Amino acid sequence: MSELQKALESGIFAVTAEMAPPKGFGFSEQLEAAQLLRGKVHAVNVTDMQSACLKASSLGLCAHLRQAGVEPILQITGRDRNRMAIMADVLSAASFGIDTVLALTGDHPAVGDCKQAKPVYDLDSVGILHMLSEMEATGADCGGNPLSGGAPQLFKGAAVTPVYEPLFLQINKLRQKVEAGARYIQTQGIFDLDSLKRFLEAVDNAGIKVPIMAGIIPLKSAGMARFMNENVPGIAVPDETIARMAAAAEEGKAKGVKGLPVKLGMEIAAEMIAAIRAENICPGVHVMAIGAERNVPAILEMAGIK
Amino acid sequence: MIITQKKPADELLAMLEGVRKVAVVGCGQCASACQTGGEKEIAEMKAFLEEHGVEVVGTVLPDECCHKLLMKRELKALKDSGAEAIVGMSCGDGVQTVADNVQLPVYPANNTLFLGQVERVGMFNEYCRMCGDCVLGSTGGVCPITKCAKSLVNGPCGGQKNGKCEVNPENDCAWILIYKRLEVLGQLDKLTQRRPDKGYEAVAYPRHINLREKKA
Repeated sequence: MSELQKALESGIFAVTAEMAPPKGFGFSEQLEAAQLLRGKVHAVNVTDMQSACLKASSLGLCAHLRQAGVEPILQITGRDRNRMAIMADVLSAASFGIDTVLALTGDHPAVGDCKQAKPVYDLDSVGILHMLSEMEATGADCGGNPLSGGAPQLFKGAAVTPVYEPLFLQINKLRQKVEAGARYIQTQGIFDLDSLKRFLEAVDNAGIKVPIMAGIIPLKSAGMARFMNENVPGIAVPDETIARMAAAAEEGKAKGVKGLPVKLGMEIAAEMIAAIRAENICPGVHVMAIGAERNVPAILEMAGIK
Repeated sequence: MIITQKKPADELLAMLEGVRKVAVVGCGQCASACQTGGEKEIAEMKAFLEEHGVEVVGTVLPDECCHKLLMKRELKALKDSGAEAIVGMSCGDGVQTVADNVQLPVYPANNTLFLGQVERVGMFNEYCRMCGDCVLGSTGGVCPITKCAKSLVNGPCGGQKNGKCEVNPENDCAWILIYKRLEVLGQLDKLTQRRPDKGYEAVAYPRHINLREKKA
């Protein structure tokens, strides 16, 4: 059974991290980070060409992680694969014991680094979840043909963007994802707990029952925060946080100390995780360190998570 | 309307390399409205080709280039023209329908872009991708197949920013348009109904319709 599923179902505060495969075929950096994360998190999401930038496949790094003793979450987007290719990857993943997946629609190739690529989108996030649920229920493939040995049983998840206008559409899509078989949700990066609480209240009011893990992005600089605010949909870093990050950079400059903004970003992330846990806002967190995965164990320690 | 755009002149000249005599075929329908194959554009094409050493030995402007029998009749005018090739100033359908009727190479002068609305003279917007399974009844008359860059059928992706699309910030997010429209119509419940995935089996191209076939 999926480690993440075990944690969420037993009421243990669930923690996932996130990792991107390399742009190339050397996986050593990822595997070093995996060693640091082993035993510290319940699972590690492996992105599927995030931001539509070419990387080695999610399945490849997932298999490596599995062999290294880290529970992987196979992220699947509908951007590059039609339903046959998605199902084929899921079956291969299951043969490696990878049974936790996260379905996403996927960023469009036009925003990525291989703009000539043909966008596929045979299925979106809801469609992927529904197809996999049908497979599990019927033991048949996407064309209705029986799978030899039956279908693997998966723990399927999806993503949600709490800071979204109009909220109706986000809640409505969340409902569709849950109805299609999502059993856990990870959010886009959250930088203010009040907006997270407002969103969770709206989910409650809509009668949607699913564990929602809060997305945490440790900031590295004020510039990174401003960039994300400008360019990443659903990200809203409050001005006050940006000012704190900028002040940390100033302080570092004055004292001649490097890395103060990164340290502060880790502290802010840890504070949020601790508060989410203490106030029982979410049953877990998903930490997206964006290349700084080696900092995740320290953040969790600061947050008081063993 | 089928929206077309003129190909770059160099591309057309490259196709015509070694050709001395051509006939030009325009189209009185869409290509005339798009200013890519009407009377004026045919005259401009004639002048342009002759400037570049290609003699234009005949021009035809049929009412519609995509009608096979009509084109058979219209193209008779070029029979003894001595044309070595034809320059088709229509959509890709018209170019092929011309080609179906002659034993000469037919070179397209235009790129065929989309099925679109004429907002006003010279302004065209893509409105329909001819998916073969119209969903407009449940989307407030706004097409997600066409107006969403990912053709999503279950609501928006996370890629919109201030109501604009991640692919082209000049475009509105189709699903926000749909939401607003359904809100006005009092039909937001249509968004909560699951849209069954119909797949792509029924839209394998090329498609054909024959209204003369006897119904079984």
